[in-house]
Amino acid sequence: MATLTSENAARRQQPGQRRRRRDDTKLAMIFILPASIGLVTFYFWPLLRGIWLSFTSWDLLSAAEFVGLANYERMFADPVFWNAIRVTLYYVVVNITIQTAVALVIAVLMQRLTQSTLVRSLILAPYLVSNVVAALVFLWILDFQLGIGNQFLEWIGLDRIGFFTTEAWAIPTIALVNVWRHMGYTALLIFAGLQAIPGNLYESARVDGASEPRMFFGITLPLLRPILGLVLIISVIGSFQVFDTVSVTTGGGPVNASRVLQLYIYDNAFGQFDFGYAAALSVAMLVILMIVTFIQYRVTRAGQTDLN
Amino acid sequence: MTKFRRRIAAAAATAGLTVGLAACGTPVSTDGSVTLDYWLWDSAQLPGYQKCVDAFEEEHSDIDVRITQYGWDDYWSKLTASFVAEAGPDVFTNHVSKYPEFVRRGVLLPLKSLEATSDFDADEFQDGLAKLWQGPDGKQYGMPKDFDTVALFFNKKMLRKAGMTAEDLEGLTWNPRNGGTFEDVIAHLTIDKNGVRGDEPGFDPNNVKVYGLASAGSGGYDGQTQWSWLAGSTGWRFNDQKTWGTEYNYDDPRLQKTIDWYFGLVDKGYLPPFQKVGSSPNASQQLGSGSAAIAADGSWMIRIYAALEGVDMGIAKLPSGPVGHPVSMFNGLGDSISAQTEHPEEAAELVDFLGSDQCQVIIGKEGVVLPARPAGTKAAMETFKSQGIDASPFIELVENDNTILFPVTDHGATITSIMSPVMDGIYIGDRDASSLTKVNKRINNLFE
Repeated sequence: MATLTSENAARRQQPGQRRRRRDDTKLAMIFILPASIGLVTFYFWPLLRGIWLSFTSWDLLSAAEFVGLANYERMFADPVFWNAIRVTLYYVVVNITIQTAVALVIAVLMQRLTQSTLVRSLILAPYLVSNVVAALVFLWILDFQLGIGNQFLEWIGLDRIGFFTTEAWAIPTIALVNVWRHMGYTALLIFAGLQAIPGNLYESARVDGASEPRMFFGITLPLLRPILGLVLIISVIGSFQVFDTVSVTTGGGPVNASRVLQLYIYDNAFGQFDFGYAAALSVAMLVILMIVTFIQYRVTRAGQTDLN
Repeated sequence: MTKFRRRIAAAAATAGLTVGLAACGTPVSTDGSVTLDYWLWDSAQLPGYQKCVDAFEEEHSDIDVRITQYGWDDYWSKLTASFVAEAGPDVFTNHVSKYPEFVRRGVLLPLKSLEATSDFDADEFQDGLAKLWQGPDGKQYGMPKDFDTVALFFNKKMLRKAGMTAEDLEGLTWNPRNGGTFEDVIAHLTIDKNGVRGDEPGFDPNNVKVYGLASAGSGGYDGQTQWSWLAGSTGWRFNDQKTWGTEYNYDDPRLQKTIDWYFGLVDKGYLPPFQKVGSSPNASQQLGSGSAAIAADGSWMIRIYAALEGVDMGIAKLPSGPVGHPVSMFNGLGDSISAQTEHPEEAAELVDFLGSDQCQVIIGKEGVVLPARPAGTKAAMETFKSQGIDASPFIELVENDNTILFPVTDHGATITSIMSPVMDGIYIGDRDASSLTKVNKRINNLFE
């Protein structure tokens, strides 16, 4: 946009026009200003304050007291923190693997089989349901005694399963609930990437006698890499921050089986008003997400495309 | 690349903890009168307190009282956030497990420092109740509203089918070794899928249709309706002192044997396992759905149990323990005045009224809770009686002084966060009650 304007200005350069070019910059600044205020107020300031609080002991009501690295020392010695990291990673792996695989299949089916807008809208429907509502609905469906899901299991001759109430099932169940909710949205992102792949590639492949699976692995997947990389980065960050589904269904239990990092942060902050420690845990979350995102970005080369 | 940066910024935001500030300052009144904000969490008590407040406003034409009700889960975080924003209530309903932290942070006004409540008299309330609200400095931080104890709610229909009557639940005994006659009763009331009772040969503890005893979960650190009354009847106490103790006694063998017996009922098939009730157990629903015969629960639940459809509800005393009589946890709510209030004297007038016979009789007549003043308690008993409910098992415990207090100590929130997963683990069967000894050390270290 900026280059276009300057080219135009250069072409029709007349006395007095140069000043208008400078005016553009000013105008641009004005347009950026509101968003910047939001960014500074709601992102950078809380970020800096959060990092500062992680070096303090603060209970909201009394003044924050500087304690140096005490919160971090406590964190490294805290078994519940390490358990939260393990549980969160487990959740992310189950959630992202299944979600991406399912979304990819849905997206390819949407591209290769149907152009129906109705189908596309239907696939997006679960995403329109709020996390809390989706969690509550599944909590009822999968309830041990009254849930229709468990009644179905019994009806087909299986044992009932304590989906949210046994340690082994809690995380996989929560991960799958969120797969259900997010797969349509992820599929749509991938679908958008698929639209960018030139159709003539498929035509030439078909002329050469390639099968659908061959085209998928030979054309679709390699050319989808940048989009897939971006989708992964976005969904992994979201996945690490899982909170509401856990809070509604298990509250972190049974015992600590689903006490993910975000929930542990909340427990410490709003349960025990230990905001200093909660801030230190949040900084740990920030560092983990930065590392994970950096690695992903490098490995998937999400910034480059193979289409050129 | 921009998207990437934005995401990093979004991730960075998780490190910043912002507090939602409730926007409800003291309103500007048009006629020069004072408006007080009063908060409570129990929706069932809202109608009663609205009547109280109406009566109060009639006497004090210059004071308006605005009642706000939030559910228990939101109440405490909203309250704390409102203190931070200096936009909290002037007067609010308080709980003994929470108020020690408020006292420590200086957000409550002692009642005797204000004119209307300067003549506070602990003897006007049921014995021992006012003591719950006395801070470590000996000052009174809450006006007792009501009290609660625990008793057994049961379904008479299930007793009849088992060939028993309500009389069979009188004079039950219990001990942690073999469970006494109490265990015999819940065993007999348990029925498996094939209709075999829990005390009959061939009973299948893994396929139970009706449990003798309903589950209210693991009980966390207080076990109020789960195991505190059983442990209390062995002579065990939570702390080294009645209130403001600095030591917990979870390492006491009497408690650990009680816990082993109680959660051992799961293996016997008399108590629903953790996986059936999950993180939000509800004993009254188990009675209502016919999946349990007896539920130990608090007096604040009388109305809920009485309203269960298809259940012919009765109330029985808790079993006598090794000490020779039943023991219940004795707890109650109170009204506290915020130190941030702009109208402390008016707030004290409201609190004085909430703690008066006039208001507590109004609350008693509603038949929801047992008010703290004897006149209020009497009014509640009469209301229950007129509805065909005999609530005397709850009162007798107090009259006979067969109670232990809810643990009132510092570090309540931290102790909860330590004990809840531990007790869940014991309920599930991951760990033994003997592991509480180590946990107890961790808790007692908090006080050093």
